[in-house]
Amino acid sequence: MVDIDVGIPTAFDPFAEAKDSGAAGAKEYVHIRIQQRNGKKSLTTVQGLKKEFSYEKILKDVKKEFCCNGNVVHDKELGKVIQLQGDQRKNVSQFLINAGLVKKDQIKIHGF
Amino acid sequence: MDDEENQNQIKDEVKDDAADIAPFDPTKKKKKKKPVIQDPVEEESVDTLAEKTESLSVSDGLETSFAGLKKKKKKPVHTDLDDESENVGDELDDTIGEDEEGEGIVLQQYPWEGSDRDYEYEELLGRVFNILRENNPELAGDRRRTVMRPPQVLREGTKKTVFVNFMDLCKTMHRQPEHVMTFLLAEMGTSGSLDGQQRLVVKGRFAPKNFEGILRRYINEYVICNGCKSPDTILSKENRLFFLRCEKCGSGRSVAPIKAGFVARVGRRKAGT
Ligand SMILES: [Zn+2]
Repeated sequence: MVDIDVGIPTAFDPFAEAKDSGAAGAKEYVHIRIQQRNGKKSLTTVQGLKKEFSYEKILKDVKKEFCCNGNVVHDKELGKVIQLQGDQRKNVSQFLINAGLVKKDQIKIHGF
Repeated sequence: MDDEENQNQIKDEVKDDAADIAPFDPTKKKKKKKPVIQDPVEEESVDTLAEKTESLSVSDGLETSFAGLKKKKKKPVHTDLDDESENVGDELDDTIGEDEEGEGIVLQQYPWEGSDRDYEYEELLGRVFNILRENNPELAGDRRRTVMRPPQVLREGTKKTVFVNFMDLCKTMHRQPEHVMTFLLAEMGTSGSLDGQQRLVVKGRFAPKNFEGILRRYINEYVICNGCKSPDTILSKENRLFFLRCEKCGSGRSVAPIKAGFVARVGRRKAGT
């Protein structure tokens, strides 16, 4: 009988990629949405950033960069969400990519 | 306003390869619709009519009722070259009996008729494609493009928007209005409902273009087959998963459920929440 090296199964972990892109694999999108408020005003929300990130710090930089107000809200199911005034979807997605916080293909921009 | 600029940019990105559904080309649709309007069909039920209006696959029903307009041209093509002379004569009599519109066309069935000149390439090519379309339309290669009409939108008061031909477009896409509606509302981050006339009323002010962009995404995500780009697909729910199956090539894929995600509270804040 030949000795079979039992180490083989561990050599390749098919879920390795899924793990480091955030537990649930492809599901881990950062969603950037827009919502209308009264009249012409709108609101941009960023949902799904990694929990380890400092939301406050990101918010601070974004606010400064795009001269808009914003805040972090806590949602029971979806965790922390960044809200920004105005349609900042393009801005904020570019910002997140440039800052290396999120990969481009992980961002989903919603809205019209 | 930079809002608008943003929108445009985004739209560009969203621009897609929806090959078959060429969304919102008003001209083509009109063409197809025309006969329906002109034809004073008496007892055709409303739904067959509706189907005709939006159905892209030229259905049998449609062909028969508009035979005079559309089909006569092609009819004699059936005949083989050998017995052509006889048959063409026969058919010609028939068609003229049936309706007057056909006559001119049938007489000039083939440009080379009545002369002994050589056939030209284009002519023969045309002939062969006519035969092909007649007998094996799927091989003729000209895909019937599904053309969607642009969304018609009205403002209701200052705060609501009415998507008038919502149902129509759902039918064109062969999708449940509920599903389309869920997607639209989730993407727009608003709420809405169908009114008594089956129009979609949404909260907020939206331009037709807004709806168009979202519908485009909907089509890519929930209508078009990834394999062959055909819009001829069926969306079904199989144990909690939505599954898209192509009627043309048989391929299937699962599609993401629609999630509204985070919806910020806007407007007047109520005490307590
Ligand atoms: Zn297909």
